[in-house]
Amino acid sequence: MTMNHQGRQTRAGKAGPPMPHQTFTGNKALDMEEPLVFEIGHMDSCGVDLDEPIDFVPRLGNHMRGEPVNLPALSEPETMRHYVRMSRNNYAIDSGLYPLGSCTMKHNPRLNEKMARLPGFADIHPLQPISTVPGAFELISELADWLMKLTGTNAVAMSPKAGAHGEQCGMMSIKHAIAAKGEERSIVLVPESAHGTNPATAALVGYKVVSIPAREDGTVAVEAVIEKIEAHAGQVAALMLTNPNTCGLFEPEVIDIANAIHEAGGYFYCDGANFNAIVGKAKPGDLGIDAMHINLHKTFSTPHGGGGPGSGPVVLSDRLAPYAPLPFIRKNGDKLEVVETMDQLKDGEQPFGRMTAFFGQMGMYVRALSYMQSHGSDGLRQASEDAVLNANYVRVGLQDLMTLPFGVKPCMHEVLFDDSFLNDTGVSTLDFAKAMIDEGYHPMTMYFPLVVSGAMLIEPTESESRASLDLFVATMRDLVMSAKAGEKDRFEGAPFLAPRRRLDETAAARKPVLKWVAPEPTRVEPELA
Amino acid sequence: MRYLPLSDNDRADMLARIGVDTIDELFADIPEAVRLEELTTLPRRKTEMQVERQLSAMANKNVSAGSLPFFVGAGAYKHHVPATVDHLIQRSEFLTSYTPYQPEITQGTLQALFEFQTQVTNLTGMEVANASMYDGSTGTAEAVLMAHRITRKKKAVLSGGLHPQYREVVEGVSAKLPGASVVALPADPAGTEDILAQIDDATSCVVVQSPSFYGQLIDLKPIVEKAHKHKALLISVFTEVVSLGLLESPGAQGADIVVGEGQSIGNPLTFGGPYVGLFATRQKYIRNMPGRVCGETVDAEGKRGFVLTLSTREQHIRRDKATSNICTNSGLCSLAFTIHMTLLGGKGLARLARINHMNAVALADALSAVEGVELLNSAYFNEFTIRTPKNAQDVIEALAVKGVLGGLPVCRLDKSGGDIDNLIVVASTEVNTDEDRAAYAQALKEVLA
Repeated sequence: MTMNHQGRQTRAGKAGPPMPHQTFTGNKALDMEEPLVFEIGHMDSCGVDLDEPIDFVPRLGNHMRGEPVNLPALSEPETMRHYVRMSRNNYAIDSGLYPLGSCTMKHNPRLNEKMARLPGFADIHPLQPISTVPGAFELISELADWLMKLTGTNAVAMSPKAGAHGEQCGMMSIKHAIAAKGEERSIVLVPESAHGTNPATAALVGYKVVSIPAREDGTVAVEAVIEKIEAHAGQVAALMLTNPNTCGLFEPEVIDIANAIHEAGGYFYCDGANFNAIVGKAKPGDLGIDAMHINLHKTFSTPHGGGGPGSGPVVLSDRLAPYAPLPFIRKNGDKLEVVETMDQLKDGEQPFGRMTAFFGQMGMYVRALSYMQSHGSDGLRQASEDAVLNANYVRVGLQDLMTLPFGVKPCMHEVLFDDSFLNDTGVSTLDFAKAMIDEGYHPMTMYFPLVVSGAMLIEPTESESRASLDLFVATMRDLVMSAKAGEKDRFEGAPFLAPRRRLDETAAARKPVLKWVAPEPTRVEPELA
Repeated sequence: MRYLPLSDNDRADMLARIGVDTIDELFADIPEAVRLEELTTLPRRKTEMQVERQLSAMANKNVSAGSLPFFVGAGAYKHHVPATVDHLIQRSEFLTSYTPYQPEITQGTLQALFEFQTQVTNLTGMEVANASMYDGSTGTAEAVLMAHRITRKKKAVLSGGLHPQYREVVEGVSAKLPGASVVALPADPAGTEDILAQIDDATSCVVVQSPSFYGQLIDLKPIVEKAHKHKALLISVFTEVVSLGLLESPGAQGADIVVGEGQSIGNPLTFGGPYVGLFATRQKYIRNMPGRVCGETVDAEGKRGFVLTLSTREQHIRRDKATSNICTNSGLCSLAFTIHMTLLGGKGLARLARINHMNAVALADALSAVEGVELLNSAYFNEFTIRTPKNAQDVIEALAVKGVLGGLPVCRLDKSGGDIDNLIVVASTEVNTDEDRAAYAQALKEVLA
């Protein structure tokens, strides 16, 4: 025993009754309340040491501001404590299983972070002379090579900044390709089970969305696609299909669907959000896709960062390749040629324009390539297999108690339950999810996809050990039994133990308070003063 | 494989529990004809040390900004970021968390976003800000679409001082919509264009960058006045957020939407991304604003808390009627921005901005003193444009050989020729020393001799 040299050693003793009072600070030991920086900051100090500027004649014309920006500062130790305390109110992959279906919360290797911070990647400028950054283009080119080989395609547009941005890039390529043929088409087919970004993207690019119903088994029937194609003959520009789909199922008729849309003169856009289930098992190019974005932040482990930054390169079929946006890298033998303006184009290259300034999410490219090289072709395939294995292991652990909307059958990397197992319990999907929080789990994706009632979409990913899955399954079983036993108190009003109880989202939307405003000075009544 | 916890025994036991003999039975829905056996065309797994060696070799081929006198700006800026920032954004709880869909267990991210939004509104002089866009260029395109929604008009007028790649992004996204048009004015290095003449009743928005791509400071007020007279919105763009520490805010000048690149605060150059788009507007326009928004509320016990709000504008609710398809924003980059901004405060930002301006003035003086070099800007912040007697691209390449990265030859992005071919956009920030400036002036003298 080396502890407590200064005083007496403590003993556990008896627990006794629970603490009868609120704490003075509102803190609960390690769970600490942290004010906003505007409430604790200083207007007259600074957490960065900066030299005193010498006297000089400014060249700002009449554009100078009168007062400094009205924002307080914290010293370095205060800043550190402020954000560390805030961080502890966050759930994270590094602290627990994060089964958000469709989001792919897998382990984020720290080697990736280290590599992205090498000065040769982190401290280079997108517009410094091209001759001074050959390694940057080599890296982009190598990542592109992996993406093309993994998907069985010959072209990839690297620059889109996120999945939805990639969708936009793919759809703009399609629009441009159609225009180049001298055609005009106005409709994009989107299954009901699609991510909201699909219809939003189609609309953003100027298309009208026509919905395709899912059939009873949760997949899309080629007949349903053909029906819509015929109903809008000559008008269908593209089909946007997620595969594996958002119900966690591989679309068995995907090749026939691709053929149908191609025969109708349209293009097949594949939402690649779930590519992580099939890397090394099948190539989307072999399935007939024309464009597919790849979420580097899902499949290739770049961190989600509390909501970005993501990265969404789009692989393109040979039919769409000529229309890929600027900038791109042209391979000329062993030489890499950087094409960033229209005057550099060669025959056949007809980019539709540009998605973003510069070259896209370089920092994410480095991380993704680091992940791919670490896994190698064999490891990537193993990762997909383990992701699917883990999801099915959870499925069989729960399918007797929770309800599978499409019957008992294998799923891909995520398993979808509906809420019918909660019928007559008085517990909703939301209540159930919030009770998971008290058990130390981040809830699964809820109420998505829209095609089943009270959807619960669980994606454990390949990063979970068997012991972790066993505990998760046991916890879920306990919750279900509890709900079925009528123990509503465990669910209603949950979570009870999180840093915050359920938050009033309705009030937040009705009267939006989107920034901190200094409180009015309290008025002191003269007679009380 | 070090990232995969399952052992072969685990896998075998789990398959048995699932009731299948082989893993491939779980992939049975993949048509047999396209099932892969192995990806023989790609290399196999590597150790951490091997990956590090391979990627470091690539990184080492690049000349990093910190290794020599460096003066390239034009939309991305080399600043010093305090070590605290990078440490904090690598906290697992921030780095490996998702978009805060479960607010009870993501108050850390949400509170940071609320601080971010408050900082952005104060910096820009606007009333509300969103939780970030991908970057300045995509944010600008979204601002144009937002203006179209608000005004129900579809003609955007772009100043010739707008970053050429921002212009291309706007043209790519908004000009292709039915009935939409973009009037882009020619390059305007000195800020002398007559943009007022382009504004008419059909105009939805006027997009003006200040400091401009060429560094010139632009007075927004007369443009705002004319735009409002024609029921058009003024979209103010900046690529150097540090300038707001010293310059009158776009909000104070009457801008309706302010959008800019926030990279300079908290984020490294990283060859152009990931960055963080700042997006602010007037209260009355919030329901037309794209992107995620964080708002204050209370929990069941009455404690203050934060949530994502106004989601009825967004794609996951509104689908094809959404204000934008944006889903992910730039969370971690906005966190870096917020932490750096917290370290600086308004006063620190003002001093940092003053140092930047001081360094740019000193550099402009040193370069203008070189024979044949002409400074084009009457008012500028930390960036300006020079005209050289030789082709700018050649000058920059020659400077690079001498170990100075002297700026951006405008002709790399703008191929309209003529005078453009002799222009260089030069930036100087707090990282540049007297020695850097002297080295640049000396090298330029030799190159032009």
